[in-house]
Amino acid sequence: MTHLHDDKIKLLEEKALEIRKSIIEALVEAKSGHTAGPLGMTDIFTAFYFHILKHDPKNPTWEERDRVVLSNGHICPVLYATMAHAGYFPVEELKTLRKFGTRLQGHPHREYLPMLETSSGPLGQGLSQAVGMALADRLDRGQNSNRTVYCFLGDGELNEGQIWEAMMLAGREKLHNLVAIVDRNNIQIDGFTENVMPLEPLSDKWRAFGWHVLEIDGHNMEAIVDAVDEARAIFEKPSVIIAHTIPGKGVEMFENDYKWHGNPPNQEQGANALAELRTLGGQIASEHE
Amino acid sequence: MTVPLNPKLFDTDVEQAPIRAGFGEGLVLAGRADERVVAMCCDLTESTKMDAFAKEFPKRFFEMGIMEQSSASVASGMAAMGKIPFVSSYAMFSPGRSWEQIRTNICYNDRPVKIAGSHAGVSVGPDGGTHQAIEDIAITRVMPNMVVVTPCDSIEAKKATLAMAKTNSPTYIRLAREKTPIITTEDTPFEIGKAQEFFRSANPKVGIIACGSLVYNAIMAGKELEAEGTGTIVLNIGTVKPMDRTAVIALAKECGAIVTVEEHQVAGGMGSAVAEILSVEHPTKMAFIGVQDLFGQSGTPLELIKHYGMDKDSIKVAVKKLS
Repeated sequence: MTHLHDDKIKLLEEKALEIRKSIIEALVEAKSGHTAGPLGMTDIFTAFYFHILKHDPKNPTWEERDRVVLSNGHICPVLYATMAHAGYFPVEELKTLRKFGTRLQGHPHREYLPMLETSSGPLGQGLSQAVGMALADRLDRGQNSNRTVYCFLGDGELNEGQIWEAMMLAGREKLHNLVAIVDRNNIQIDGFTENVMPLEPLSDKWRAFGWHVLEIDGHNMEAIVDAVDEARAIFEKPSVIIAHTIPGKGVEMFENDYKWHGNPPNQEQGANALAELRTLGGQIASEHE
Repeated sequence: MTVPLNPKLFDTDVEQAPIRAGFGEGLVLAGRADERVVAMCCDLTESTKMDAFAKEFPKRFFEMGIMEQSSASVASGMAAMGKIPFVSSYAMFSPGRSWEQIRTNICYNDRPVKIAGSHAGVSVGPDGGTHQAIEDIAITRVMPNMVVVTPCDSIEAKKATLAMAKTNSPTYIRLAREKTPIITTEDTPFEIGKAQEFFRSANPKVGIIACGSLVYNAIMAGKELEAEGTGTIVLNIGTVKPMDRTAVIALAKECGAIVTVEEHQVAGGMGSAVAEILSVEHPTKMAFIGVQDLFGQSGTPLELIKHYGMDKDSIKVAVKKLS
């Protein structure tokens, strides 16, 4: 991984725009699914699949690849769309999302899409699996393994007790080859996280469990890449990147409204959203120039 | 044809050992045979007999603390990296508490994680109903991809542990706490998915299908019934899933009536699995020995087995009613 120059930042932001477009189109076509989370995490997924990850879309079982665990499986439209744009499968296939016979199940299932590291949907289970992968990696490769296990988590799912079990274990094991990324978008189905079940002071909690904590703006490509660089440089602890994101990012109608957590746009809303996306001026750095 | 069994089986001083002890021995052998085998335990390392593995392979053993849910998921992650993880705890908590993690992370992903549930059945005794898993066969066999093995003694448990370490399937092995009679020998064949005839009278009228710790009671019932003029065949169903359909159907055809015997709720257990096969393939009159929709309680294993109608005499009554 290298430091980002301006051209690369612009390229990533343009890629993120394409991926957002694909997400909205897929959701409109599917007529069900989650809107806010995928759009909120698009910049991060783009940074990962187009700059950070060690992976080979043409050889998804490459042993040297980094491992990606998506814990909050319901944001899979962003995973699928990013993977498609990265070359894992045709972008056209995104239109099959959630339909009978699709490889793109409503929540990820690796029996249908074997290039996934795991299936997910039921919340709170991803971090434990990522810990298992990191432990196995250390067992095989020792302290100098060059593979990193990344686990994407939603903030709402931190309500699940199992997350804290995994946090304890990763802390005890000092799993420096593990990086968690929390989508701190402040919403869950029933409302704002701090009303449903307060998480704050969230950084202090992770720190208390033995983690190195970074907090970033989850829509700033440079910040995302820098944070992962720092996380990978921390040798004595697992790291967590708490990424502050705007749910529904990119479409004003969707932004910061928890009602868009679990609903798709209809045809008209989708068309409006796509039109608005193209004139995102002021919201993405490179378009801001 | 009956398989070779312990020559002292019918003696009053037949050797006894806990089924879980055989698991512990088998795990060490599996660990020696294949370095992909790793083990994790939820703060019950001695009790679930993982201690010998932990001692011999300290780097491949993971103390998980009291976190059964996370352990199932961690094991899935390890399996994703090519390991063959064994997870042990009490059956009440794993697969009991960790059921959904086992479903989604292990079975749905078809990962070769091996769940060892110790202290299954009411014979856990004085700890009482909270610790007596009598639902574990039902909740494991219902999951696609899952294999369920229920060894009848410590020697079979050792063989089952070795056999399951060699498969790519998620597998549950049911273990018991108390010492129980040694039924098999090192030479008794064991194969996942195969049932074996353990006892046969001339002119059998009732087939007894038993699993786990109650196979001994079933054989003793068969022996006494023979002396009393009622012929039976006792089938040991070491694998509840996939069940040996051929053996079950053949037994029903030969005997005309079936009694199933398990230290488990009658609802959803091994007997239900037998009924699912026979009701379609060869409808047969059946009786079910097991816990009848009740929770366990404190007591000695013998008191509890008798109270819940799973002792030798209860089996005999059920057989006689059908013969």
